[in-house]
Amino acid sequence: MPNPSAPRNNGRQQDPAVRRRNFEEVAQTFTHEEAVAEADRCLHCPTHPCQNACPVGVHIPDFIALIKAGDVGAAASEIMKTSLLPAICGRVCPQEKHCEGHCVLKAKFGAVNIGGLERYAADTARAQGALKPPVPAADTGKKVVCIGSGPSSLACAAELRRAGHDVTVLEALHAYGGVLRYGIPSFRLPREVINKEVQTVQAMGVKFKTDVLVGATLKVDELLKEYDAVYIGSGAGLPTMLGIPGENGVGVYSANEFLTRINLMQAYKFPQTDTPIKAGKHVIVLGGGNSAMDAARCAMRLGPESVTIAYRRSREEMPARAAEVEHAQEEGIEFEYLVTPKEILQDEKGHVTGIHFTRNELGAPDEKGRRRPVEIPGSDFVQPADTVITAIGQRPNPTITKTTAGLQTTERGVIALNDKGETSLPGVYAGGDIIRGGATVLLAMNDGIAAAGRINEYLKGK
Amino acid sequence: MRENEILLKEQLNDVVVKFVLYKPLVAQSAKAGQFVILRGAENGERVPVTLVDWDAKKGTITVIIQSIGKSTFMFNSFKQGDLFLNVLGPLGTPVDIQNYGTVAVVGGGVGIAEVYPIAKALKAAGNKVISILGARTKELVILEEEMKGVSDITLPCTDDGSYGQKGMVTDVLKGIVTAGEKINAGFVIGPIPMMKFTSKLMVELGVEPYASLNPIMLDGTGMCGCCRVSVEGKVRFACVDGPMFPARTIDFDELIRRTSEYKGEEKQAVQEYEKDHKCKIGLH
Repeated sequence: MPNPSAPRNNGRQQDPAVRRRNFEEVAQTFTHEEAVAEADRCLHCPTHPCQNACPVGVHIPDFIALIKAGDVGAAASEIMKTSLLPAICGRVCPQEKHCEGHCVLKAKFGAVNIGGLERYAADTARAQGALKPPVPAADTGKKVVCIGSGPSSLACAAELRRAGHDVTVLEALHAYGGVLRYGIPSFRLPREVINKEVQTVQAMGVKFKTDVLVGATLKVDELLKEYDAVYIGSGAGLPTMLGIPGENGVGVYSANEFLTRINLMQAYKFPQTDTPIKAGKHVIVLGGGNSAMDAARCAMRLGPESVTIAYRRSREEMPARAAEVEHAQEEGIEFEYLVTPKEILQDEKGHVTGIHFTRNELGAPDEKGRRRPVEIPGSDFVQPADTVITAIGQRPNPTITKTTAGLQTTERGVIALNDKGETSLPGVYAGGDIIRGGATVLLAMNDGIAAAGRINEYLKGK
Repeated sequence: MRENEILLKEQLNDVVVKFVLYKPLVAQSAKAGQFVILRGAENGERVPVTLVDWDAKKGTITVIIQSIGKSTFMFNSFKQGDLFLNVLGPLGTPVDIQNYGTVAVVGGGVGIAEVYPIAKALKAAGNKVISILGARTKELVILEEEMKGVSDITLPCTDDGSYGQKGMVTDVLKGIVTAGEKINAGFVIGPIPMMKFTSKLMVELGVEPYASLNPIMLDGTGMCGCCRVSVEGKVRFACVDGPMFPARTIDFDELIRRTSEYKGEEKQAVQEYEKDHKCKIGLH
């Protein structure tokens, strides 16, 4: 019999006092006993609201039942029927918005820790050699190329290969994973997990190539001569800047740069690695999204005296996931709400010395329903800082759209899709941040999976 | 031939090395003013390096590298037959090559190599090309023969007077214009102070200046935002908007400050590298 009234197990985590200074993973994978006990809480509702709320439709009650039955390999295979990157999903998917947010136990006893169980199934099956990539269908003789190796392209490539196509992934950087590698820190997603998930996709027969920036090294029209279809999952582009004086000061990083130095280039190991980074004594992060949390938590791990996240609205309007905010707070990161940066102050050598802020109060809601910050006159103050990290969003990457004739974009610069999910060019599909401008790993993966389905249909007609 | 293989290595002077690499995908689409990102080892930096020449038929590209920091010391220790770990390109916006009339092409030190493809393209576009090659001393004047091949006039100069005219590139430029030469546009690549003063002089002399900027880069593809520079009071990104910019309004002082950010770390990395290097030599 299920045991729904047992308290939800949130999983073990590294002690905040220790983890705030290391890059090891914060959350720990369930043991077998913990996983079975948590799985035992699932009621296996016949209407499975969790599964209905999952953008990729993971067979949640089924895989949980297999964990309970002790067959972790089968549980992983069940997840992989719809999602081929379970170790990543289990870690970075915002489960509270999707599956766990719809669990019938949520209100009374706490939702089943579905993310923890997914991660357990993937990690444990892999460790036991029981994680088997699906066997691809018979070769179709069709060739497809996926641009980028981030979550969207990886998911698309894996699904296309499953359907029997000859699939190649082209990555611009020197390592695979896209934003998973340069954006998400290792304490949320260890590099080894990314490597293993990519290896699984490689084991299915997908070919990978680094150092190809499509739009520069090769153009989309050249790819269309060699491949039957093209998927563009090239991700986000340059950071949005604040447009205030001092933002090119020495010691001002965009979150993209700060995170890329640490995550892709492993700058926190300098001089064992060759790319340096600096945090100084006092760090201020400007922004309130997940990138701001990641940047602040990375900064804390470099050993400064203080890290402060400064956000122009209040805690309530902050777009970051609740769990990330809590983790940041536990690690000693301070929050300054309702402030707007006016100028980044510098010394005579151009080095950052602080930020001139004004305080805000909340006014009428904007078009998204979030209350607008309104400056309070005369509320100016200066907060000292050696390092400033701007994390206020990024623009779509224009490398492909600028170099591909006939590929339509919206006024925001993202690739436009019609109501069938097609771009304006036959045989060219797109998903992830290049159509959304900035979204989650899960939505990007979902786009890739959905596009793979459309590409399958398109290739049947070719 | 393997991708990224060094087909030819030529030591141009004590600190400058020319490499010809096998990289067909870059060779087939490279244009003047573009660059590649190189990596030499796991844990290595991503280093932007100007494309000096390319041959689409042979599938080769040429880069010329000066030993400055740990990464460039390591690159320049590579031998013929070795592989670069990563070669990504061609990156950046090509220089707007058109018939300007008479152009000055100014290179300082290893910047001579970097300005060579621009001189070549400008010559092919029908310009009268006047090339000024500046260096501290004779040994550092590189690619003179190649520059002569694509220029109507080639004027070397050295700070110490050991070769060509004694003086700086600005002295030479001033001399030609004072002598009556009407120059329409100038393209400058070299150390930042040299680009700053040459651009300033060009404006005074009625020459429209362009300078190729070398801020610190990471990905080099328009993602991280590290390479931002101020041009016309606006933030521009050298890796995608440049590296060549109209130079009248470039904030060169800001660029000097931003490129100096990691001087201490660079020194530390070189010291560790040299220590390691000597240790290995000692073992043999």
